[in-house]
Amino acid sequence: MTPVIYIPGDSGAVALGADKVAAAIEAELKARGTQARIVRNGSRGAYFLEPMVEVRTEKGRFAYGPVKPADVRSLFDNGFLTGNQHRLWLGAPDKIPFLAGQTRLTFARCGVTDPLSLEDYKAHGGLRGLERAVSMPPAYIVERVTESGLRGRGGAGFPTGIKWKTVLEAAGDQKYIVCNADEGDSGTFADRMIMEGDPFVLIEGMAIAGVATGATRGFIYIRSEYPHAIDKMNRAIVVARRAGMLGPAVLGSPNAFDMEVRVGAGAYVCGEETSLLNSLEGKRGVVRAKPPLPALQGLFGKPTVVNNVISLASVPIILDRGAAFYKDFGLGRSRGTIPIQIAGNVKRGGLYEAAFGMTLGEIVDEIGGGTRSGRPVKAVQVGGPLGAYFPRALFDTPFDYEAFAAKDGLIGHAGIVVFDDTADMMKMARFAFEFCAVESCGKCTPCRIGAVRGAETIDRLAAGAEPGESLALVSDLCNTMKFGSLCALGGFTPYPVMSAINHFPDDFRPQAVAEAAE
Amino acid sequence: MAMQTQDTALRVAGIIEAMKGVDGPLLPILHGIQEEFGHVPQDALPLIADRLNLSRAEVQGVVSFYHDFRRQPAGRHVLKVCRAEACQSMGGEALAARLEQLLGIGFHETAGDGSVTLEPVYCLGLCACAPAAMLDGEVIGRLDEARIEEIVAEVRR
Repeated sequence: MTPVIYIPGDSGAVALGADKVAAAIEAELKARGTQARIVRNGSRGAYFLEPMVEVRTEKGRFAYGPVKPADVRSLFDNGFLTGNQHRLWLGAPDKIPFLAGQTRLTFARCGVTDPLSLEDYKAHGGLRGLERAVSMPPAYIVERVTESGLRGRGGAGFPTGIKWKTVLEAAGDQKYIVCNADEGDSGTFADRMIMEGDPFVLIEGMAIAGVATGATRGFIYIRSEYPHAIDKMNRAIVVARRAGMLGPAVLGSPNAFDMEVRVGAGAYVCGEETSLLNSLEGKRGVVRAKPPLPALQGLFGKPTVVNNVISLASVPIILDRGAAFYKDFGLGRSRGTIPIQIAGNVKRGGLYEAAFGMTLGEIVDEIGGGTRSGRPVKAVQVGGPLGAYFPRALFDTPFDYEAFAAKDGLIGHAGIVVFDDTADMMKMARFAFEFCAVESCGKCTPCRIGAVRGAETIDRLAAGAEPGESLALVSDLCNTMKFGSLCALGGFTPYPVMSAINHFPDDFRPQAVAEAAE
Repeated sequence: MAMQTQDTALRVAGIIEAMKGVDGPLLPILHGIQEEFGHVPQDALPLIADRLNLSRAEVQGVVSFYHDFRRQPAGRHVLKVCRAEACQSMGGEALAARLEQLLGIGFHETAGDGSVTLEPVYCLGLCACAPAAMLDGEVIGRLDEARIEEIVAEVRR
């Protein structure tokens, strides 16, 4: 059997040198006259081991990492094509503790298969959800999704099935499925990974959504910062269309569904669903007031499902294995699995898909292994730039939509950014305002002006001017932004600001400021 | 100069024609123009407005809304450095300041010799290998002082 060498083409792995490793392996194969097939797979998400190269041999699959181009010769010398030991040898990839502890439902194939091989996709359980869906009445599909308990993984946590039901029941000569792939939150990369590593699962999820709601056209709005994902999705759509997975007769059924990729233009606020719709229509990405709901009057005024990448990519397994199977994972009203993205100053950073319910402490200390710098963890920001900063005292919070809300936080798109004790929380609070000011669409005054005033007030605080009044003004501004903004940008910027103030008051004390200034 | 304008007009018209049929064509057209010219020339805006039956103000408003669309040509290299939280947690701000110092320019600026444009970006999705940057579309993770010096040497070459 010809060995197969897997070298991730995932942009995270590439950022750590995977392309150079691939070139070195190709050169080595040529120099030795050895036969092997190279597959550029996605990443399994253990970024602390990337570039992680795997070899499929007669004895099974073996991983090596992190591999540098300079390691390639010694890998070959030690017989890595037959899975032999080497100082970078990690054994069977699914036995690596970081990966073995996960429950991979949505990411089952990511990093395992060739992202653009539909045969590989099918061999690993792909397409079964869509095959089932085309034989079901639309209302029955929607019921299964509702029953599974799946909630919007973009951050809002709205039940996916309810949204689909609204679109299914809405009257319209044209309906749309819009996939929100404008993953702009710092600390998140789950959408990017699945688009680069298993694009067919997203296409399948969108096709199921189309069949379920009567929508015949889909758009994937991908941020321009993700060129690798854009390229993979575009190529996967061509493959899917050629295979009849998309087109006038999806898998030979009477359902028509096709889709295309649209590229964003660097506006964070376009991750908000109504801004995204305006952007798709070719307008400024300004937020729309709701109602009307996009489910009734969305893209070009037509009934539209707007779902996050991970929500849609989780649908195929629900249709394949059943709603009960998916619902069995998780706790309370947070059902199924969630791909937690562990990032920032952390020893073992990466994507960790698990059932809801792990505590924040388990995720940061046990899975993540604490900080990369080796210093104590001071704070973790959960849920992107609009998420709260959690101190160690709240590390017993279980990962669950309601539990985080109860602690004045949010899980958002499930990104976690770890900070060590060198972090200055006043600076982070100021950054939250600054970011909001840069990215505000300008529609709501509290967001447009409040963010600027907030940053200025924190500057005054830092300068030691009227500390009591300045802090009171910041919380007043936050209150106005929270209740006076249409979308989460203005409405949630108070989360990072107020959590920094409430949980880390020492960083805002005048004497601390004075000492820091000395 | 007139020749140049005429040439611009022809190229812009070609891009508009190719994209006009899609739903919501304005962003794809602007991306196409920026890919062709390296920026969105002011001359192109009235042509787009005319072909799409929009007012010039509408087109202008869209161009100015999105951070991606450049009004002036960029340097020979474009270096985007992530300034978001995950990269900050790994010392990204100090590295960004060092880059400004080494290049002698601030963010949103182009070096006097036209070698490089330095831009901030808010997240490249490389947060588990922070700090991150993108040089001419190529992703770079775990930036450090040494890598920054290499980048500076590379863009000056």
